[in-house]
Amino acid sequence: MTNALEIEGLVKTYGDGFEALKGIDLHVAEGDFFALLGPNGAGKSTTLGIVCSLVNKSAGKVRVFGSDIDTHLSDAKLNLGVVPQEFNFNQFEKVFDIVTTQAGYYGIPLKKASESAEKYLRQLGLWDKRNTPAMMLSGGMKRRLMIARALVHEPKLLILDEPTAGVDIELRRSMWTFLEEMNRQGTTIILTTHYLEEAEALCRNIAIIDHGRILRNTSKRELLQQLSSETFVLDTAEPLGHAPVLDGFYSHLDGEGAMVVDVEKGQSLNGMFIQLEEKGIRVVSMRTKANRLEELFIRMVEDNNPSTAREGDAA
Amino acid sequence: MRTDAMLTAYKTIVTREIRRFMRIWPQTLLPPAVTMTLYFIIFGNLIGSRIGVMDGFDYMSFIVPGLIMMAVITSSYANVVSSFFSMKFQRSIEELLVSPVPNWIILAGYVTGGMSRGLGIGLIVTLLSLGFTELSIHHLPMVILTVFLTSALFSLGGFINAMLATKFDDISIVPTFILTPLTYLGGVFYSIDMLPGFWQGVSMINPILYMVNAFRYGILGVSDVNPYVALGMIVVFITILSAVSLRMLARGKGIRH
Repeated sequence: MTNALEIEGLVKTYGDGFEALKGIDLHVAEGDFFALLGPNGAGKSTTLGIVCSLVNKSAGKVRVFGSDIDTHLSDAKLNLGVVPQEFNFNQFEKVFDIVTTQAGYYGIPLKKASESAEKYLRQLGLWDKRNTPAMMLSGGMKRRLMIARALVHEPKLLILDEPTAGVDIELRRSMWTFLEEMNRQGTTIILTTHYLEEAEALCRNIAIIDHGRILRNTSKRELLQQLSSETFVLDTAEPLGHAPVLDGFYSHLDGEGAMVVDVEKGQSLNGMFIQLEEKGIRVVSMRTKANRLEELFIRMVEDNNPSTAREGDAA
Repeated sequence: MRTDAMLTAYKTIVTREIRRFMRIWPQTLLPPAVTMTLYFIIFGNLIGSRIGVMDGFDYMSFIVPGLIMMAVITSSYANVVSSFFSMKFQRSIEELLVSPVPNWIILAGYVTGGMSRGLGIGLIVTLLSLGFTELSIHHLPMVILTVFLTSALFSLGGFINAMLATKFDDISIVPTFILTPLTYLGGVFYSIDMLPGFWQGVSMINPILYMVNAFRYGILGVSDVNPYVALGMIVVFITILSAVSLRMLARGKGIRH
């Protein structure tokens, strides 16, 4: 199977000598839902910027569905849809015009562009706003507009740089559903996100980047297996004044008064429930805390940068 | 990119450019019409009647070609510099950069957009001038060639200015401190025969003088310079500025990191 994206030895050194990427290798398979994670300044946006031709690379190779961006840039771009981190459309133009104009840049005639624009504006709930100038849209609508614009030429690879930044939870969930559906229909998706919950919910494969180097590039399942413990959130029938002391388990209360318990890998939950029963604490519901990836991410980044870890400990 | 797809991309850029200056017509179309009408009234009618004849024509007839050219030059330049720089400023230029449109199509699209506004303004000013004087065409091909090529040249100038600009101040420096003085000293309001020998020589290094005179030759049949030399110079300038623009686009000057 062709890889949707192949990056080999990618280096980016800015004019002031700052080395943003120090020889990155990355392969994303066709049909994948891939996350590129990393702290601010790690090199995520630079990497994607080079793939999208918004940043000039210093060295290395980039291929999109086999098309080298040095020799077959036009073919590479035809397969690519981009949703950048910052709003980058003309704020004075109407929603419909923004999307159809983008289609025109890909050589799609106006009639076909209009049909495609209608399809995606409807799917993303923006059809009613088609004649509204972009500046009048809410932040969430502007994000959806950028997704519609990126999809109007039906790319095989969709790149999203922080697509749900500043979007409320309800809208974020609906965007997840939309992206999952796009991926099911065959679009390869690569996203960067600060919401690790997002990567955990959506992606099958994950790369972690820091200081211009890829720290890990593996499947989400394999990554999560590295976790030595899992965290559960337990809602109790009666509110607890303080976290109960449980032999063999660490527990504490979260901000909403729910009991949070860390369970080591291989450790039985029965022992925890027996102790809770003995203490007269009745558990009415229980769920996994969706921060497993976050724990792993922080650990990896700290391992890669001990000075940051020490500062974090001191704080 | 296939040829038909490139043509669609070109049409898309041109359409967007025309839509932009039509949407803000009180800023783009109206001001030159008002300014030129004032020139016709004040310099043509009121002062011109006292100046008398210049190069064998009444003063109003003499200044009309220069004023049309002045409007074409400033409008062509202003359209591209403001449109392209605001795309850079709003980062909507990235819409083009991520797409497969070749650089020469991007340049051709913007230049055509600038020419559309420049020539549109030229037509408006010409129609307005008919309310003040009679216009006869001495050499139609010269009129058409000069106005089209000049409009293209200053659209290219606006494009380079926009590529180099990093703030809004940068897009007003050239029009204010270079373009306007050169236009006023480019024989719009006078024949350089009126100047002392030294200043005649200095005037000859002003490229706008050649464009104004070539256009005046096309309309009135009189010129301070050889109009064919003027046409040749415009073509040379267009070639140079096109090469510079394409080089800047290829390197991503000011638009890629």
